[in-house]
Amino acid sequence: MTTTSMTLTPLARARANRSALLRSLGILPILFLICALFALLNPNFLTAHNLTNVLRQASINIVLAAGMTMVILTGGIDLSVGSILACTAVLSLLTSVHPGMHWATVLVPLAAGLVMGAINGVLIAYVKLPPFIVTLGSMTALRGSAYLFAKGTTIINNDLNTAWIGQNYLGPVPWLVIISFVVILLSWVVLTKTTLGVRIYAVGGNEQAARLTGIKVGGVLVFVYAMSGLLAGLGGVMTSSRLYSASGLLGNGYELDAIAAVVLGGTSFVGGIGSVAGTLIGALIIAFLNNGLTLMNISYFMQLVIKGLVIIIAVTIDKYRTSRR
Amino acid sequence: MPDKEVILSVSDLSKAFPGVKALNKVSFDVRAGEIHAVVGENGAGKSTLMKILAGIYLPDEGRIVLEGAQVRFDNPLKALTHGISLINQELNIADNITVAENVFMGSELGRLGFTRKDEMRRRTREVLDLLDAPFDPGTRAGILSIAEKQQIEIARALVHNSRIIIMDEPTAALSENETGKLFELVLSLRAKGIAIVYISHRINEILRLADRVTVLRDGSYIGTLEGERIESEQIVKMMVGRSLTDFYQHEVATERTEGFLKVENFADGKKVNGVSFEAAAGEILAIAGLVGSGRTEFARLVFGADRKSSGRLTLDGRVIEVASPSDAIRQGIAYVPEDRKAQGLFLQMSSHENITMNVIAKTSVAGFLGAASNERITAEAIQRFDIKLSSPRSLALSLSGGNQQKLLLARWLQIMPKVLLLDEPTRGVDVGAKSEIYKLMGEIAKQHVAVILISSELPEVVGVAQRVLVMREGRIVADLKGTDINQETIIAYATGVRSAQPPAGLDPAKATA
Repeated sequence: MTTTSMTLTPLARARANRSALLRSLGILPILFLICALFALLNPNFLTAHNLTNVLRQASINIVLAAGMTMVILTGGIDLSVGSILACTAVLSLLTSVHPGMHWATVLVPLAAGLVMGAINGVLIAYVKLPPFIVTLGSMTALRGSAYLFAKGTTIINNDLNTAWIGQNYLGPVPWLVIISFVVILLSWVVLTKTTLGVRIYAVGGNEQAARLTGIKVGGVLVFVYAMSGLLAGLGGVMTSSRLYSASGLLGNGYELDAIAAVVLGGTSFVGGIGSVAGTLIGALIIAFLNNGLTLMNISYFMQLVIKGLVIIIAVTIDKYRTSRR
Repeated sequence: MPDKEVILSVSDLSKAFPGVKALNKVSFDVRAGEIHAVVGENGAGKSTLMKILAGIYLPDEGRIVLEGAQVRFDNPLKALTHGISLINQELNIADNITVAENVFMGSELGRLGFTRKDEMRRRTREVLDLLDAPFDPGTRAGILSIAEKQQIEIARALVHNSRIIIMDEPTAALSENETGKLFELVLSLRAKGIAIVYISHRINEILRLADRVTVLRDGSYIGTLEGERIESEQIVKMMVGRSLTDFYQHEVATERTEGFLKVENFADGKKVNGVSFEAAAGEILAIAGLVGSGRTEFARLVFGADRKSSGRLTLDGRVIEVASPSDAIRQGIAYVPEDRKAQGLFLQMSSHENITMNVIAKTSVAGFLGAASNERITAEAIQRFDIKLSSPRSLALSLSGGNQQKLLLARWLQIMPKVLLLDEPTRGVDVGAKSEIYKLMGEIAKQHVAVILISSELPEVVGVAQRVLVMREGRIVADLKGTDINQETIIAYATGVRSAQPPAGLDPAKATA
């Protein structure tokens, strides 16, 4: 046992330490609450079939939100992930129908996503433009590009060689679900077990101090945006392999769902605080809400209202529970 | 002199914040028509005490009795209506509105929801006349000087019939002339029977004004001096808690390598205009100078944090190129920045992560954190620097100022620096930790490190440095050693009363004669 503090009351100390833990797991009770509610209201909710379904629907948002977590941890934002997803999905389909290129159906969209994200990162880190503006611009430009690549139509390939990703199961679990959980696991490892992870938190927590401890802040920023782009590219592969098709319309508004999941998961918009485990829970809350409300035959319009309110209420509860004395 | 009537008495006030017990059972009283100085080092609890009296904070424990009745101020307006005004160091004046509107800010006179401008102006003019203020109630506050804005705050206090006015470092931003006028004003307020609680670092002002002096240290009440017992040595002793020689005690290295660090012609084209000097390994070299003399800017240039327009660095006989902080770290140059919270710490991260931030790459294996060696580093640092925390996982923000500073020192010593630049290392640090930091500086220097201390606290510079460079307007204007190191000489050079020494080779004592 080392020395104890003279100046700090034990209570204050315990509070400061506990709040960090609470923040990462804080939203979990709300997930349970929502599930319990739907389980009571609808007998079909808790079936294995339905739960698998929810996880599959959540998988793409989970993947996008994992990247978004890293971005928001640095104090940034990435509005372009939905557009990158559309672009890369179209590129994936185009590659698959191009003679002799089908081996690259996964590789091309991943590489494209990585490059698009890296461009965001370079503009933010080295040209020093605000993340909101940069990704707002790339969101718009890449949305247009997706339509252009697809020539305004929907590209269909009924013989898609990546279809197994979207359709098949490993045992009882869909591959989409496996992929999303692997992404969460890898992100968790990066954020908690590597020097890069510590530096992501450091840059988000105090950029000036990070610079003065020799951290290459620019490199860290490029990494997180490139990673977000790469994961959006993976989202593109997952979406197109599920649909056998792609168009410029895909992924519209996905960035907002990803941001909502991150925020629900307790990651601070200021940067430096949060966890990918929280994000997973946040994404699941959104997915269960969508599913439960649909099962109860609530209209789509009403679903939007409820979803929005739940996000606001959940974050409010979380804020008061963790910051109140 | 018969005792004047006690109008405010405070007993056993305590207040804790996350990370620090700011006040610990403090009791004192204020009499009508007295100037009561409250002194103490940074972090002694003065500001907290005043903010409690002014209704900004609620105390955790203790009683406040105002004119015989116990009171509880849960907001500033309540304190104001009970006759207590606080005039902060940062003045509470809105530049975009008139003097009269400022005076009545938050308690505007109105009828049926409409403000009564004329009445407010009339009453403002009354108090301004009382204060001999040279401006009109209808003047926009933004065009007035700081001293004049201070008068607006005093007018505000008078309009509310305040019987107690608390002034926090009122002369900090004033010129000498303005200070004189403020003193007259303070004395005339006293003559009107108003009690002034006067917070200041400046012993001279206190000797001149105060009827009584209360000293706080580390959040505790130390004592109150009155009449002839108010003298500077006694006040300092009570503030510091020990004699000054003990306080600055540190080891002095016997072995030195002269010319270990050579700085040649450093400039940034803005605030640093050609700085050259040599520093020895094993030596504590202080850079003194007024705020804005370019000391911090210079340190940042050496560390590669800002771009230099010229400058050559030779370390241990080798010319080195430092273009970024990571270059500096690789070459063994460490910089502990002046603003601990804004530039140094990761407040939301654990103490462990704060300590190891600079070495996680070195201890990592293929990018993965070397958890075991990192934990060992932290454990050793906590022991060596006597950092007081409940667990290495405690967030940096939960630590006291002194322990936060030790986190930073620990972090930088992990890189085994050859040169350690310390920028205001004891600012906002409690007295005990200060003394420990001086000791550490001595130990570090002894391990063959060139320690460069930038400090605005002259007693500290005189107390710990073996050599003092004085900077003014981006240049080194004096290189002082031995008996030349005293506050008067340093100030004379820093303010330009004495002009720059001729280039090296001449005896500085002769040059200044």
